[in-house]
Amino acid sequence: MANLKEIRGKIGSVKNTQKITRAMEMVAASKLRRTQQRMEATRPYADKIRTAVGHLYQANPEYRHPYLIERESVKRVGYIVVSTDRGLCGGLNTNTFRKLVRDIGDWNAKDVEVDLCLIGAKAVQFFRSIDVNVVATAQNLGEDPQVADLLGAVKLMLDAYTDGGIDRLFLLHNVYQNTMSQVPEVKTLIPVEAPDADELPQHWDYIYEPDAVDLLDGVLMRYIESQVYRGAVENVACEMASKMVAMKAATDNAGKMIDTLETAANKARQAAITQEISEIVGGAAAVAE
Amino acid sequence: MATINVEIVSAEGHIFSGEANMIFAPARGGDVGIAPRHAPMLADLRPGELRVDVVDGEEQFFYVTGGLLEVQPHLVTVLADTALRGEQLDEEVARIAQDAAEAAVSAAGDKQSLEHARLQLVEAAARYRAVQKLKGKRG
Repeated sequence: MANLKEIRGKIGSVKNTQKITRAMEMVAASKLRRTQQRMEATRPYADKIRTAVGHLYQANPEYRHPYLIERESVKRVGYIVVSTDRGLCGGLNTNTFRKLVRDIGDWNAKDVEVDLCLIGAKAVQFFRSIDVNVVATAQNLGEDPQVADLLGAVKLMLDAYTDGGIDRLFLLHNVYQNTMSQVPEVKTLIPVEAPDADELPQHWDYIYEPDAVDLLDGVLMRYIESQVYRGAVENVACEMASKMVAMKAATDNAGKMIDTLETAANKARQAAITQEISEIVGGAAAVAE
Repeated sequence: MATINVEIVSAEGHIFSGEANMIFAPARGGDVGIAPRHAPMLADLRPGELRVDVVDGEEQFFYVTGGLLEVQPHLVTVLADTALRGEQLDEEVARIAQDAAEAAVSAAGDKQSLEHARLQLVEAAARYRAVQKLKGKRG
């Protein structure tokens, strides 16, 4: 049986850990509320522009932007991967990376190579140890990611698409469903996908104001920006939710551990007392004889 | 009478949605009025005021700093960079912003900052005009 002092020391250190995890849980909970609001604020714009660009795909314009044309042979694809900057957020990043690694395997099986654009320090750390082609990274964006910080890395991928370096561009980030569940999802950024159900006439085109070429460049740039930005913001909300849940589990576990340790400590204390009494009784008996 | 569904969103959130008889928007080349069953159109917006003639309601007034207008026969979507409801506009703040922008234009040294300052000024001036117009209508 471990001695009493040792167990008491252990209880103390577990209690300290519990204090820390509880504090982290509360911090994550308050940040979650803020990041959730931010996420909800970006959703309408990102959704609407996706629909608008989807309409654009269905139109029969006089000028077709490269982003709207699906290339027939796909030799290389690009992924923009959004991860968190910090750890201690449960299986969030692990799930994302597992999905990505599986996707990369699928593409490689089809003789298609994969270029990665990594957002978030955790992705950079993870993919450093794996043999993949990382083209661009953006790290340490904080809890309120700014579009300007993302643009550089995203621009590289867009340029690669325009030059023919990659034939498709995907965006991978966690989708916030509720506090308990966040699911990594892959969306196609380029070429633009048609929206699901929409009843639009077969042959039509927009009236452009000013001309189509300038306008479409601007529209599609805005579209990509808003999607990536939305991904980054949503991922932060996911991070906070996941962190809150993970830290709550850690706090609960620490509580359980303290209970077991306390039982052990009580047993050790009682054993020590019993031993002492039996020694005294034994001693007294020896003297009486 | 036919109506048209209007959705206004900005990068910061959802601003307005509802049925309207007509909507007036500040397109790059001049103001455009969109009635129901308008032909599909995509237009770039400049800073200025946006009016929505709401069905069964008062005319709504917004200020946008630029963005995009998408028109489908039964749906108008305004994707604004920043949008403010008319009542959120503050005359004093708008005037200060305009003064600051004017000062920035005259102080700007290199070409890039001058360009930036000019943009700011255009935006500030449009905002100020929008406030005054709104005030005139109220008063």
